[in-house]
Amino acid sequence: MTSELPILTAAMPEIVLALGAMVLLMVGVFSDKKKAFDITNKLGMVLIVLVGIVLLTQVDASRQLTFGGMFVSDSFAIYAKVLVLIGSLAALFMASRYLQSENIARFEFVVLVALATLGMMLMISANNLLSLYIGLELQSLSLYVLAAINRDRARSTEAGLKYFVLGALSSGMLLYGVSLIYGFTGTTDFDLLASSYLAAGDNLGLIVGLVFVMAGLAFKVSAVPFHMWTPDVYEGAPTPVTAFFAAAPKVAALALFTRVVMGAFPTLSTEWSQIIVFMSMASMLVGAFFALRQTNIKRLMAYSSIGHVGFALMGLAAGTVGGIEALLVYLAIYLTMTVGSFGIILTMRRGEKMVEKVEDLAGLSQNNLPMAIAFAVFMFSLAGIPGLAGFIGKWYVVMAAVNAHLMPLAVVGVLASVVSAFYYLRVIKVMFFDDPATPFEPVESRSLKGVILVNALINSPLSYFFLIGPLVTAAAWAAGAFA
Amino acid sequence: MSFLENNLLSMMMLIPLVGAMTLLMIKGQDSDDAKLNIRAVTLLCTILVFIGSIILWYNFDNSTADYQFVENYAWFGDTIRYHLGVDGISMLFVVLTAFLMPIVILSTWEAVDTRLKEFMIAFLLLETLMIGVFSALDIFLFYVFFEGGLIPMFLIIGVWGGANRIYASYKFFLYTLLGSVLMLVAMLWMVLESGTADIPSLMNYSFSAEAQTWLWLAFFASFAVKMPMWPVHTWLPDAHVQAPTAGSVILAGVLLKMGGYGFLRFSLPMFPDATNDLAWIVFGLSLIAVIYTSLVALVQSDMKKLIAYSSVAHMGFVTIGIFTLNQQGIEGSIFQMLSHGIVSAALFLCVGVVYDRLHTREIDRYGGLSINMKRYAVIFVIFTMASVGLPGTSGFVGEVLVLFGAFEYNSWVAFFASFGVVLGAAYMLWLTRRLIFGDLVKDDVKAMPDLSAREMLMFLPLIAVVFWMGIYPNSFLEPMHKSVEKLMTQTSVAHTATHKE
Repeated sequence: MTSELPILTAAMPEIVLALGAMVLLMVGVFSDKKKAFDITNKLGMVLIVLVGIVLLTQVDASRQLTFGGMFVSDSFAIYAKVLVLIGSLAALFMASRYLQSENIARFEFVVLVALATLGMMLMISANNLLSLYIGLELQSLSLYVLAAINRDRARSTEAGLKYFVLGALSSGMLLYGVSLIYGFTGTTDFDLLASSYLAAGDNLGLIVGLVFVMAGLAFKVSAVPFHMWTPDVYEGAPTPVTAFFAAAPKVAALALFTRVVMGAFPTLSTEWSQIIVFMSMASMLVGAFFALRQTNIKRLMAYSSIGHVGFALMGLAAGTVGGIEALLVYLAIYLTMTVGSFGIILTMRRGEKMVEKVEDLAGLSQNNLPMAIAFAVFMFSLAGIPGLAGFIGKWYVVMAAVNAHLMPLAVVGVLASVVSAFYYLRVIKVMFFDDPATPFEPVESRSLKGVILVNALINSPLSYFFLIGPLVTAAAWAAGAFA
Repeated sequence: MSFLENNLLSMMMLIPLVGAMTLLMIKGQDSDDAKLNIRAVTLLCTILVFIGSIILWYNFDNSTADYQFVENYAWFGDTIRYHLGVDGISMLFVVLTAFLMPIVILSTWEAVDTRLKEFMIAFLLLETLMIGVFSALDIFLFYVFFEGGLIPMFLIIGVWGGANRIYASYKFFLYTLLGSVLMLVAMLWMVLESGTADIPSLMNYSFSAEAQTWLWLAFFASFAVKMPMWPVHTWLPDAHVQAPTAGSVILAGVLLKMGGYGFLRFSLPMFPDATNDLAWIVFGLSLIAVIYTSLVALVQSDMKKLIAYSSVAHMGFVTIGIFTLNQQGIEGSIFQMLSHGIVSAALFLCVGVVYDRLHTREIDRYGGLSINMKRYAVIFVIFTMASVGLPGTSGFVGEVLVLFGAFEYNSWVAFFASFGVVLGAAYMLWLTRRLIFGDLVKDDVKAMPDLSAREMLMFLPLIAVVFWMGIYPNSFLEPMHKSVEKLMTQTSVAHTATHKE
């Protein structure tokens, strides 16, 4: 290893974000208490946009390694980071009004979101099991605190604690796996792992290590059987935090998952793809069947996200570049569906309080038709009904599975999607068929309305003509990193 | 003309969408003015589409089996294209859709009053999707339209339906979705195997015999539910009974035709070997449908249920015709679908007329309508006769052609199918007897007024078409000939050798 300064340009977005987060912290600390949140929130959004711009300047650059091969910047990383930044930006956009009315508008929220985003970007760019772990922990620790940010409310604290304990356990498993891999191969570098490793049969220790790493990662993406924390944390955390949880970290963790199995262990694909096929199937089924009886909309979304992770993993299970492309298309669309849905959930306020029951949506179509239509678009899109963007994601992942001769997986997937259609339909039924309940309070936050509108348009049939084409091209470009 | 030929289908799909946008911009929907505006805009759009469909038919070239009015643009990914076009098989379905829509809108003029704007938007979206199904020449596009139609129909049944509407709407949605997700997997496999999503190219691609069987079964799962064939027909009576009149009309008139159209467009030309091997399944199920559901129809006390079961029986004829794989059979089944589209739509409208007056569908609550509703009685009897298949009406031509085709294929199939004709006459005449004839004893039935001018206006075009199709069927059969001949060459791989008994 040379003693020269590492190439910083490759990691420039992360550097900007890290410095920016520290500046945000200072601004928060030294500004007037009442204005601190407002200022940091606005600056935070500016910061994320700025990072995005810096990131986009790298689009043309080829694959770059830096920090002694710990950090990689390639098309895949840029694509996933753009999604993460969009998710974080949307979370900041939607959160402010809610946090203020709940009296938890602390500037730390913004700083933590920025740090979590930094962690996610590091995860996506990790090219070494150690940088992977650092990124993951930076993200996770920020998220633990965010889940408990409403510290005066037992549910929120409980969610934070639960998330922390289980998260720590999974980090432990991951680290144990990392140590095994290091012990049996002598390296933690992805490129070296990919090139040095020969065959599975003669190295059982490595396989065990890989299984542990995958278990840890499965926890982060909330794939079955490591999904238990998801409904509780989704329900307990304040809604804008849940909105953040459901979108960006899922994207980052799935990108990381992809990076590990495709980047570091391509030679072991027959081994890990079995595990992913199982997790994918189990997640889709659990996501479909367990959601049927949920009455809390946030828990429902939690199970829905488990199901969707199953679908996304279907692309990964294929283990091909086409599969990665499908996964990336799926993630982008999933991000918009989730952000939009949580945007609507944030508008569910009655008498100064949030309501979270599905029944509370009763007759929304008669109280607020545009909102009901938007939510219906998200629900049909989540269900993967053709005509909406969600179907495109489903089309591509199922195609990848079929292409990889994983026919049982594809069939289980589409059948699970029929089951899950039932509960998405229930939300629509409540909104459109039932008699109206007391209307929600009018939505004042213009930025929230804006987020909902933009996401609804992205998910509407219009996207077939304007967005899907470029998206598929971008995903193909990003997946090219593994070609 | 070339501009029109290059864009007509897209325009016909775009007009309802523009109409729906316009409706969204109309403020409020509770004042009488707003309601009138909403209805007028919707009617105008559907009439414009109908005019488009007349232009389509007028400019359609009967002398070729090629796709006409083709639009073909690259869309996304490597394979998926925006590819539209019609041939002799699909063109008349587009016309049927466009023809029924204005009538449907007229029928809702007074019947639907609540949440009118959303109702009309749902119907306009549905029209776009239905035209899309019949004109899509890309498998992805087809699936999007085919499944997308579930959304508006789900809302139509669920919001404006009867007492048990939620159960019916769920059943409709989930049944159909379950059938078609398997088709989705099959489609993906086909796209990957052949490297194209283009329907005409897929017709020329020969899949291996084993693959054909699986693909055929997957498509069958979807189309059989959509048709619907026995034993997966049970969603239909529920959906029909609970749907508002307009929903029933479109369901019976157009949506049920998608299954038959799918068989003709996919199963037959793309999987000819499997079609020949597995035709016995279709015949078995169709014959059961024809006889069993006819018997079930006989004992119904609910008018809509009766007509719904009769639809299942008629669709049984259609599937028999399709799988005879000869010219008469296939043309007969297409004709039968068109005829059923008109006749069953009209019958549901007839039910709607009396339902609007008495708010019940119980047959026993009526009786003797021929005394106080003379015009209604005449119209009802005309459509009953068309449904029964009286010579001179549209129903006759389709049934006769299908039976000819069936005799040519296998006389036993024809023998059992003929029972359907007899039973069909039985339940329809029995319905007419109880509804139209007999003594007029009930006071509230006595008070029912005869058809209004608006109602006459919506029935007259239907009557005209019923007789036109019955007396000069050639204007409908001629556009089909070339395309059906081409279809036959595509399916005749193993056909000539076997199956002649």
